[in-house]
Amino acid sequence: MTGRRRLRVQGLSVSFRIPGARVRAVSEATFEVRPGSCLALVGESGCGKSVLAHALLGLLPDNATVSGQAWLECGEEPVELLGASQAVLARRVRGREIGLIPQSPATHLTPVRTARAQLQEAIRELGSRATADDLAARYGLRPRELDRYPHELSGGMAQRVANAIALAGDPWLVLADEPTSGLDRPLVDRAMGTLRELCDEGRAVLLITHDLRAAERVADDLAVMYASRLVEVGPVAEVLGRPRHPYTAGLVAAQPDRAFVPIPGLPPELTRLPEGCAFRSRCGHETGRCAVPPPMDGGVACHHPLEDRHA
Amino acid sequence: MLEASGITVRYGGHTALDEASLTITPGKVTGLAGPSGCGKSTLARVMALMLRPVSGTLTVDGTVVTRWRQRAARDLRTRVALIYQQPRLSVDPRLKLAEVIGEPLAANGRPDEGRVTELARETGLTGELLTRWPHEVSDGQLQRACVARALTLEPRYLVCDEMTTMLDASTQAHLVGVVNAYRERTGAGVLAISHDPVLLDRWADEVVGLAGPGEQSP
Repeated sequence: MTGRRRLRVQGLSVSFRIPGARVRAVSEATFEVRPGSCLALVGESGCGKSVLAHALLGLLPDNATVSGQAWLECGEEPVELLGASQAVLARRVRGREIGLIPQSPATHLTPVRTARAQLQEAIRELGSRATADDLAARYGLRPRELDRYPHELSGGMAQRVANAIALAGDPWLVLADEPTSGLDRPLVDRAMGTLRELCDEGRAVLLITHDLRAAERVADDLAVMYASRLVEVGPVAEVLGRPRHPYTAGLVAAQPDRAFVPIPGLPPELTRLPEGCAFRSRCGHETGRCAVPPPMDGGVACHHPLEDRHA
Repeated sequence: MLEASGITVRYGGHTALDEASLTITPGKVTGLAGPSGCGKSTLARVMALMLRPVSGTLTVDGTVVTRWRQRAARDLRTRVALIYQQPRLSVDPRLKLAEVIGEPLAANGRPDEGRVTELARETGLTGELLTRWPHEVSDGQLQRACVARALTLEPRYLVCDEMTTMLDASTQAHLVGVVNAYRERTGAGVLAISHDPVLLDRWADEVVGLAGPGEQSP
């Protein structure tokens, strides 16, 4: 887990061609993830979060167009993930450098084989020296639980099997895509605890979630995504404690232990994103400048960030 | 009142609910908490008259439910609406959103486009979205349609089974607001099932726990 490792994403954009339209799923995302830290990417469903993760692993369908750069710096030869061939991604990256903890692990596993068979397959393919029982024990599974079929696993157990498979090849970067959807609070807490341990042992974690409280528990940094764009990035306590983008402030205020009021209106369709700030129609502070896309400046992409307004 | 008493449900040899009892009072929000797998969703389905228990009694406004899922029970069934956790698993993918919302009205022989538009507006869906297929909208937008669908027949009771678990905070606050406004306007009773104590604390008038088969604690 040592050496100069880093994921550096610059100007990543993804769009999909669909009949009669183009869906802009990710627009010019720039961020970094370093070993020993967790970056949480938060935003509502359909804002482009999962697409971003899949782009990094080369898992997008054929109608996707990707631009920008994503440098995986590891050892002598950095890999540019977006331009890399499927062969390079399969041989060098997936499972070895980057592990993916998928959304709803219970449905991700093959229903017709036991957890053990699936974990052993990952170990074999990755040429890992670990045994299934070692990995199971590390991620909190009893050996006999490994001999169950996916439908016999509880949500928490399926989660731990997915963790063991994702980490079978000892990757230094872990992408966790909504790892907590459908789990109850104690299991969410446990899953977040596991992610934190992965950071603390020197791995880098990119957590994708719509759950602000889960992100707050585990992440060092937060990147807030709205309508395909990152709108605010910074240390988690700062971003949630003193949000500067009005969308972030709206998400914080919508929490049930805060004002519990929704942000008015709906996000724009990704097929027809407005020119300029995509949040302006919901924001209440729109001015003429908002017709121009706000650049990311000092961690916030807004022409009228909140602290300026109160100044 | 919607009263479940001594409800037992088994799936094969597995006992999912063992003599569980719960009452939903008109005009109130009853919160139901409990860990994954303790039978919350099973109880939700029983209370929405969609799953017949092995034993126990369900009473809807004083009428004991005897014939399940048959024509005679329709009047009772339409008094309770159920909103599921996963909107994608609870809509027919071959219906556009307007049809999803209007389906209960159509199924009861009284289609009403005006009502559909009005409910869609309340849940935050704009006109153009109503012409989309489920696969063309996000989970949040689809769940808005499911909440609208649940309100079409003006149910006396609403069972919200992890209604907002998949949603971001803003959509959650909006949809809880829609359900609360409906309750205040019509005096309906709400069962709010969630594993999030912070949400139940804010939303429910009282919270009961379902600890697992046979154990129900206050």
